[in-house]
Formats: sequence, structure tokens, C-alpha cells
Amino acid sequence: MLQDQDRIFTNIYGFNDPFLAGARSRGDWDGTKDILAKGREWIVEEIKSSGLRGRGGAGFGTGLKWSFMPKESDGRPHYLVVNADEGEPGTCKDREIMRHDPHKLIEGCLLAGFGMGAHAAYIYVRGEFYRETEALQRVVDEAYDAGLLGDDACGSGWKMDVHVHRGAGAYICGEETALIESLEGKKGQPRLKPPFPANAGLYGCPTTVNNVESIAVAPEILRRGADWFAGFGRQNNTGTKLFNISGHVEHPCTVEEEMSIPLKTLIEKHAGGVRGGWDNLLAVIPGGASVPVIPKSICDNVLMDFDALREVQSGLGTAAVMVMDRSTDIIQAIARLSAFYKHESCGQCTPCREGTGWMMRVMNRMVAGDASLEEIDILEEVTRQVEGHTICALGDAAAWPIQGLIRHFRDEIEDRIRKRGGAAQAAE
Amino acid sequence: MSAPRGTPPDIPQPESFAFNPEVLEAAETIIAKYPEGRQASAVLPLLDLAQRQHDGWLPQAAMTYVAEMLDMAPIRVYEVATFYTMYNLSPVGENHVQVCTNLPCWLRGSSRVVETCERVLGIGVGETTEDGKFTLTEVECLGACVNAPMIQINDDYYEDLDASSTETILTELKSGETPKTGSRIGRRSCEPIGGLTSLTGDREAGD
Amino acid sequence: MPTLIIDGEEIEVEAGLTVLQACEFAGKEIPRFCYHERLSVAGNCRMCLVEVSPGPPKPAASCAMPVADGMEVKTDSDMVRKARQGVMEFLLINHPLDCPICDQGGECDLQDQAMAYGNDGSRFLENKRAVEDKDLGPLIKTIMTRCIHCTRCIRFATEVAGVPELGATGRGENMEVGTYVEKALSSELSGNMIDLCPVGALTSKPYAFTARSWELKKTESIDVLDAVGSNIRVDTRGPEVMRILPRNNDGVNEEWISDKARFACDGLRRQRLDKPYLRKDGKLQPVGWPEALSVVGQKLAGTSGDKIAAIAGDLADAEAMLTLKELMDSLVSPNIDCRQDGTQIGEGPRAAYLFNSTIDGIEDADALLIVGSNPRLEAPVLNARIRKRYLMGGFPVGLIGENADLTYKAEHLGAGPDTLQALIDGSIRFAEVMKGAERPMIIVGTGALARPDGPAILAQSRRLAETVDAVSGDWNGFNVLQRAASRIAGLDIGFRPGDGGRRTNRIIAGAASGDIEVVYLLGADEIDTSALGNAFVIYQGHHGDAGAHRADAILPGAAYTEKEATYVNVEGRAQQTKLAIFPPGEAKEDWAIIRALSESAGKKLPYDSLEQVRARLAEIHPVFADIGEVTPAAWEAFGIEGDIESAPFRNPVTDFYLTDVISRASETMAECTAAARGGNPEKTGTDG
Repeated sequence: MLQDQDRIFTNIYGFNDPFLAGARSRGDWDGTKDILAKGREWIVEEIKSSGLRGRGGAGFGTGLKWSFMPKESDGRPHYLVVNADEGEPGTCKDREIMRHDPHKLIEGCLLAGFGMGAHAAYIYVRGEFYRETEALQRVVDEAYDAGLLGDDACGSGWKMDVHVHRGAGAYICGEETALIESLEGKKGQPRLKPPFPANAGLYGCPTTVNNVESIAVAPEILRRGADWFAGFGRQNNTGTKLFNISGHVEHPCTVEEEMSIPLKTLIEKHAGGVRGGWDNLLAVIPGGASVPVIPKSICDNVLMDFDALREVQSGLGTAAVMVMDRSTDIIQAIARLSAFYKHESCGQCTPCREGTGWMMRVMNRMVAGDASLEEIDILEEVTRQVEGHTICALGDAAAWPIQGLIRHFRDEIEDRIRKRGGAAQAAE
Repeated sequence: MSAPRGTPPDIPQPESFAFNPEVLEAAETIIAKYPEGRQASAVLPLLDLAQRQHDGWLPQAAMTYVAEMLDMAPIRVYEVATFYTMYNLSPVGENHVQVCTNLPCWLRGSSRVVETCERVLGIGVGETTEDGKFTLTEVECLGACVNAPMIQINDDYYEDLDASSTETILTELKSGETPKTGSRIGRRSCEPIGGLTSLTGDREAGD
Repeated sequence: MPTLIIDGEEIEVEAGLTVLQACEFAGKEIPRFCYHERLSVAGNCRMCLVEVSPGPPKPAASCAMPVADGMEVKTDSDMVRKARQGVMEFLLINHPLDCPICDQGGECDLQDQAMAYGNDGSRFLENKRAVEDKDLGPLIKTIMTRCIHCTRCIRFATEVAGVPELGATGRGENMEVGTYVEKALSSELSGNMIDLCPVGALTSKPYAFTARSWELKKTESIDVLDAVGSNIRVDTRGPEVMRILPRNNDGVNEEWISDKARFACDGLRRQRLDKPYLRKDGKLQPVGWPEALSVVGQKLAGTSGDKIAAIAGDLADAEAMLTLKELMDSLVSPNIDCRQDGTQIGEGPRAAYLFNSTIDGIEDADALLIVGSNPRLEAPVLNARIRKRYLMGGFPVGLIGENADLTYKAEHLGAGPDTLQALIDGSIRFAEVMKGAERPMIIVGTGALARPDGPAILAQSRRLAETVDAVSGDWNGFNVLQRAASRIAGLDIGFRPGDGGRRTNRIIAGAASGDIEVVYLLGADEIDTSALGNAFVIYQGHHGDAGAHRADAILPGAAYTEKEATYVNVEGRAQQTKLAIFPPGEAKEDWAIIRALSESAGKKLPYDSLEQVRARLAEIHPVFADIGEVTPAAWEAFGIEGDIESAPFRNPVTDFYLTDVISRASETMAECTAAARGGNPEKTGTDG
């Protein structure tokens, strides 16, 4: 169990001053210049050996990602882009960082930017976070005023600019290349890869896109050392992590915990347990809307990390835990997510544009039982036709919740269809 | 002036649009964030500025104005304006009530919040009150899931709602008051309501 | 060069290719909807999925995947087939079942691919999507419910045509292709989107519901409505040209044609001269060929050669001009001219009147100066090539003359000859740009040359070319942009005044004053026909336009779709039209009319067949022996130094859609003109 002294986000609830004075008192911007003095290589290596995996959902090694940036500039500027387009249903961690512990993010921008040879960072905040953007802009302004950013950031001689950019309402912009497109002033349509952003990203320049949390934990890792961070969680799943626990729990909350914490412990210790007790649990979506649902039987023992959740055919995603008790209409719950993906599909590529609408409509009929039993298999096949065939991962994200539903709750769907069929016959 | 293709033709479109001096200054500050020749990057924030200046919606003249300012083809601006959900291409009420009905909010009773909004405002989802004070919209996840259910009204979030707190907020707005934003069950933010389970030691002052 | 294994066979391909291109190279057919080799890669249709290893265990879009050494590609594995079947099903679920009434039927990519990858039934039980149609003007009919969102049309408009007016608005399944405000597309190349559209979303409005592709006879030919010589296919049914489509020719038009080349063909059916006429008692009366030939022959035979003159128009073919020239020679008339616009070019070497860089060569240039021309209106397809070069970057363009939106950035340097001189003197900045370029290019239009001081401007242009080293090694950057399809052949044949002969303006003046008694107009309609005084006017041509109205004798000829004829394009490339349909009524091939006339004038020409005429053409000029090819022209001095007026250059084309007898007879072109002006075509009393 994580101790407070090992928590990185010590003002995540906002009880204390989020701005510079408060941040400094919590240790932010402490010795930043010295860290920079250790050099670019050292920073990247340290993050690599900390085992930090991207906190935006995909879990790609953060240090490894930074190392893809060209070592020498070919004349093109390098960019750091921070993905603050938090919109994965269930996920609300970056919001708390931005409004309550924002200096960690800004300091992270400097260190990460330096680590990848970037002199400019853009923080792309989802448009709906208006107040969060205001707070963040204030923090950026005070960082410039204090000489922490600018032509000679922290007196290091490194020029670092940080710009806050607001989006305008599109979940897909959380996909890194869609975000880059959007930042360039276009529709948020994901790009074809290759080329990857590290070769040609923002304005065709080498770019790394990182989640808010990934960047915000970097300064503390660099201050306390990779080993400290790697000491939490299981191998390959190291560190501390912000968890969002929502849905049918007594006390929904956000909490920083150790990776690999058992799901049941997480819920019971921090969220006051499942409404009506653990045995009243029906299922959990453990990592944001995109990952498949897991039934109680799996929840009983599963650990909250990348590998453990992958083993049970789900995923850690953003670590947004959505808890559903036995009162939940699980078919309707998943149908709601299908509606979400249909709404958020950018429309660019065929399987997602056409498939999300199809899946949503069939799911809506399944909620009412207005379908035939064969259609369950057809729906399953349709999800397979979308999965892996699209430009970006939104297609997969739309397919997986339905696959999870059919995998674990097929009986439920069949019962409803039979019941409705029976009712229809009785009515005749 | 004609309406852009695809928008309701019966909306009165203003003949022209230009930023007010102070908005223009804000726009210039925004444009300066991006490298030279990359001013199109400013299109999202500039459309937002235009919308804020024009009672919360974007007429054709405003999109054309932004296109000219950023040296973009108008169709590229229109693509953007129709792609992102926060741009309104027809008028909205003074208070744009946006109810999240995505899964975490739904699990904690967003349906009752929607019902309450409809009852108190006397309009359905997607409609605007006759006095132009309220527009009610259903939206996707707004990223405040541990404070579900929640609504956004203009720039502010109202969280941890139920039917009665929703009604209070709307009633206050109706009578010109400013409702308290954030949690409606006495939380500071996203901490567990039953008592802190972490970060218990370093609280500077009680809330 | 990377080596990869495609379906078990090893193949070496050029680096930088995509997997799709490599597969094609290996003879594997890859289905696609969004990919098009002349447009940017969108990768959105997902039909071209293949299995690639090493790589993730899912299929990859071959159109967007670069080849790599050691790559193994499977184009027909279970995974691939399943993936494509899935994509096909998605494309079809919201596609309407209106194939029986769709004009794309028979040439629809979706229909074709559905045969390979489609199911025989549908598992989609929901309602199909309906999408509002868009008004894109008089040429393109839209049925947007059929759209599969491949975005080819958007990319064409934005990239090739240079008119960013189309876009995809909305998102997800509500995404729609359309414009910002309802408005006709402002492109002279818009019809190409119809060809690019893989389904029936964009079809030809004038052609709508008139024919099925499989019942059309297809004839490969050449467009003559500008001087580019775009390669076309003429689709006919019975005696009618139903539509005109482009043929690929990388050297000339790639696979584009202008909207005039494509859509003016309805003009071939209207106002046609289908029988000979003679003016009797002040009125044109239809007569038989023998009478017409006998009257005209006697008139020619009975008039002194120096009182006879001939002008060849913009659509005249080489065979007709040759025979007419030889007839005039035998009548001892030096008064012939093929430059009805008064341009004084063609006196000097061939390089003085050709587009020497060639159209393909535009892509090699690194700076461009345009003088007295609007290539967008005078040669839209050539202009698209300039834009293509412009998009590659590092291509400054300067413009002298009327300023205009050319679809690429052009610096407007000045309005007339003074600016040209300033460039020679090096007194303006763009002179440095031209001098600094390795392969600078100058395009001189007829707007600069068709004026009294034209020869001096030509000399001045040559001096500029030499000053900036535009001609060096195998690069010739000096170009004249002709507008008329007939012009280069006319000049190559020598259809211009002989010793003491009269040029066009002096022919007209002579006719007005009575010095010229017989004027032979070979399809010449762009002169002031009301100024021909009392001269006996013979009009040989195919449309009842200005020339025919003034004529005393009309000899009905064949339009370009109705004859085997040779044209030499702006680059000096000889190409031949093919007979797609027969000339209407009693109209005949033009060289044959002149051959017959020569006999009744007592000056029988020695040609009994087209082959004999062509053999003679080849004797006169080697270009006619080398069909389809371009031979570089030697660089020699040309132009005549002289006084130059400082009057600004005026562009010759003000209305792209109405430039010749065919387009002026076309209702479609009239609609385009009206739409471009923002209104409806003028209704006349005869419209009912």
C-alpha cells in the first residue's frame, strides 16, 4: 500500500495552493537546473529505467518514446506535445493535475522537452476544460515570470516555451496524430503511420506526444531516481498511478496508488467499497471505456496493471475504474459506450465510420431484446471486421467493449431476446 | 447573407462580422503562439473567440472572417466548425446546459438529471427555451467521472448532482443568481467523501 | 533496391515505393477506392489491405505502407480476403441499391469490387443513411447518398485543380462531402472529379440518363478546343457524340482534360452546317455539292490571284490547311494567313513559336515568368502542370500582364512591356530570381504578341530569355503559349503570307476597300466578318457562326470528331484525331472538299487519298512524320527589334467557356458561363 511520502501528486485534491508558492513548498522546481545539467541522455535513460509506461492508455514506454526523437536536429525544430485532451469515459485524472498540481506538468515539460531536444511544448487541453485551461495558463505565466520557462529556463541556458492550446470538443483528438492535426488547425483525423510523429509530427517536425500524467510524474522520478519509482508495482508495471474510481461505489474518488494493487483492495480501501458490498458487484470496466468489461469473478483477484489485465482480456488503459453493481443493465451500459464511439468516430476510414453506427444500432436493439439470437454472432463478427482494420485505435476501442460483453454476458443477451420473443408471441 | 450549406436556412445570418478590439488583441496573442506561417493552428481558439463574441454561436460571416484572418480556405474552417462539438452553428440559449449521460454519469443517475432539466426548463434535449435563456444538450463524457453525475453550463462544471441540486442550480440561474460551481455534496474536489484515505497529513487548512 | 516477397515470389523494386505499387509491379491486383496515383495518399477506404510481415498481426493499408527490404507481403491470404470482405460489407451497408438507375453502372469500382468481395445478401437490418445532394454547378450531378467518402474529389480540387472549395464536413457517419456555401465549383478542370469518383456520387450532369457505358463506341482522339492537344476518348452512340473522356498521356495532359474539352460536345449537335449553301438574291440557299463547287471554283478561277485571300481558323487541321495553301499557291495568291488573331509569329525559327520546354518539362523548371497570358483560362491542363510544379516547392512565379488567380502564388510584376524591359535591365528583384534559377522558364502568351508591336515584344522576350540564360544545354525555357489547336501546324506548313502577301488585318482591310475580291475562310470565325466589304466570302467549316453568316458560299466541313486529321500541339507534337462519327448530312472531310474544289477551279491537286496528303505533309515538315513525338527546335535569333508601346498586355480569353464555334454552340458551356457570372443563362424567346 502506497504511503503518502511516496505519492507524487500531493495536492491532487486541491486542498493546498496549486500555484507557484504552494508548488515550491511541495518540492516542485527543486533542483531542476541540476537535473538539466545531467544532460539529455541521462534524463531519457533515467525515465527508461524507471519503467514508466505512458499513462494515456496505450502503456508504451515513455523513456523509449523520448529516445525515438532524433539525437541531432536536422534543422527542423523538435516539439513536445502534451495530450491533455482527457475524454476517455471514466477518466478524470489529468483534470486534477492541471487544476491542483499543475507545476508538476510545467516542470515536466521543461525536463521532457530538454530530454528530447525540444524548445517548445504545446499542451493541448480539451475544450470543455475552460477553467482548467485558465488555471494552467496562469501557472505558465507565473513560470515565465519566475524565469522557470523562457529563453533561459531555470537558469539552465535552455530555451523552453510552453503554450496552452484549447481544443473544441472531439474525443478523437486524444489520439496522438489526430491531436497533431487538430493542433495544426484541422479536423482531428488520425494520420497514417508511418511516418510516426518522432520523424514527422507537428508541422512535419519531430514530435513526441505524451499524456499529462506521464509528463507530470517525470520531475519526481528524476529527483528521486528511477529506482525509487521502479520500486512500486510489479516488473514491467512499475510506479505509482492515479486511479479514478467511478460508478457504483460508496465513495467515488481519484487516488494515487501503487501499480499492481489488487482491484478489490483499490475499491474497498479508497472508494468505500462496492455499493451494497463486494458480493453486489456485477462487473468492472477497469481502464476507461475502451477496455473490455470484466465480471466479478475476475475482479475478485485481478491486479491493476497492464499485464495482469491483459491476461484477463481487458486492459489497464487510463486506470479509470467503472464499477457496476447488480442493479446495472449491463447491455444498456455497453450500448451507451457504443453510442459514444459512434458519436466520436471521425468518419475518415470505412470500418469505423460505418461499423460504429451499425454496432450501436444493433446494441440498441439488444437492449430491448429486439433481435434474433443469430445476431449476437453477427454483431461479434462486425466487431472483428472493425478491429485491426482502421487507421487508429478508435475502431478497436469501439469493438472491445462489445466483445467483452458477449464474452462474459452472452446469457444475459440471449435471455433478453428470448423474453422479448416470448412476449411478442404472447401478444399475438 | 446566405447560411453555410447544411445549416438551417431560416437563421438570420449577420451581414458581417469582425472582432471587437479587445477580442482582436486576444486573437493576436493566440496567433503569436504558433510559428510563422502556421497561423492556421489558431483556428480552433479563434472560432471560440468569435463564438463567445457572437452570443455563443458561429454565423457564416464569423467563419469567413476567421478564414481570412488566418489565410485559410473557408471550406477548411467550415470543416473544423462542423467537426468539433463545441461550435454552435445556430443560436443557443444564454445558459447552455450540457448534461453528460455517458456511462459513469448514467450509472449514478444522469437520467434523473436530464428529466429534471427537461421538467424545470420545460424543454426537451436539443431545444431552447422561448425566452432564449436556456438550451439543453446531451453531451459525451466531460471528464469529471468521479464527480458524476454532472452538467456543464457555459464554462462551469456542476458535480455530484441529483434531481434536487440540479433543480436548485437551474432555479438560481433563472432568477439571475450565480450558482456555486463544483461539487454539490460538499466535496473539495475528487477526494472520497467518506474521509480521506490518502494525503491525510499535509492539509494546510480545513475546507 | 529493396527486395521483398510478394505472394511467395521474390521481387526487387525501387526504394520509396509503396507496398501497393510494389504489388502492382509484381502483377498483383490490389483493390482500392481512395488511392489514386496522382493524388495524395488518404488511406481511408481500407480496401487495399494486405498482410505484411514483419509487423503487427493485422492487415496493413498497402497504399500507405512504404516497402522495406525483406518484407513479406501476402495479397490473397485468408486474413486479407476476410479484411477486404469486411470493408466491402461496410461500404455497402449504407450504399443505396439504385444501381439500375445509376449512371456509374458498368464502370463503377464499387460494383466491380463487390463482385470479388461482396456477399450475395445483406446482414444489415437497419435503415440506410440518406445524404442531401449538393449543387456543384451545371457540370457535376451529385447523388451524395452513394458517396463512400474516399475524398478523391476533395483531394483533386485542393491539390490538382487548386480550388480548395470541397471538403468533408461533420464527422463519423454524418460526414458529408460538399462545399462551404452552395456554389458552382470555380474550376476549369472540375469534370475530372467525375472520372475520379469511384461510385455514382459524382456523375456528369449533361450526360445524365442518356446512355449506358457498354453501348458506346469508343474512339481515341485529340481535343482541339485549346492548343494543348489533350488526349481524349470520344464515346459515341449511332451518329451522336455522347461524351468525351480523357486518355492518359503523361507527356501532355496526364489524365486530365478541361471542362471545355469534356463538356462542349453538345455543341457538336447544334448549329451545324450540313449542306452547301450559296447566296442567291441576298439570301443563303441550300444547293447541291456540284453547284456549290462549280460556282466557287469559277469564282476562284476567274479572279486574279492577288485579289484572293484565305484565312485559316483556330480549329483547322493540317491536311485542310495544306491543301488550301497549295490551292492558293496554284492560284498565285500570296494572301494567306493562319493567324486570325493577328499574332505576328512564325516568320522565324520554330523555337520562336513553340512551347519549347514541353509540358512535361515544366516539372523540371525552377522559376517561371508568365507574360501576357492567363494559362488557367487559355490552357487549364497545362496550368495544372504548372501548379503541380509549384506544389513541389521552390518555384517562384512572376506575372506580367493582367493579374489573375492562377491557382498558385504568382508575383504580379507589372502590366506591360516596360516591366519586361525592367527584367532585362535587372532593375526589379524578380530579375535576380530568373537569373539565379538553373532552369528558368518564360511563357509568352498571345496577349503579348497579338498586337501591332508583337514582333518587337517577341524580340524583347527572346532577349530576356538570353539574359537570364533560359536557353542552355538541353534546356529551352522559352515558350510561346498558343491558344489555337491549328496554329503550330499552320506555321509549320507555312500558312502565312508569301512574298508581298497580306496578313489577316490587311486581308480584311483589302476586302473592305475592294482590293481583295474573294476571301476564303477555313473555319475562321474570330475575325471581324462584318468588315469584309463586298468581297465574295467562301466559308468552309462546320458551324453556323460568324463566318457562315457573312458567307456567300458555304462548304460544310467536318468537326474534329468527324475526321481523321492532324493537329500539332503547343509543344510541336503532331497528333491525330480519329473519325468517331460521320459528318452530318452532306458535310465532308475538309481536305477532300478543297481537293474537289481545286478540280472545279481548274487547278486539280494531286491527292486522291488521305495517305497522299499526309505523305506530302511529311515532306514539307518532319513533324508530320513523327506522330506523337516532340523534337526540340534549334535556337536561333527571332523577332524584329522595333518600337514598343507601353500599353498593358490584355489577356485574349475573358470567358473560358465560350472561345470557339463549338463551345459557343454548346448549351452546357452557356450554363457554365452563366453560373460563373452567378446567374442563370439568359433566356431567349425560343426557350418557350
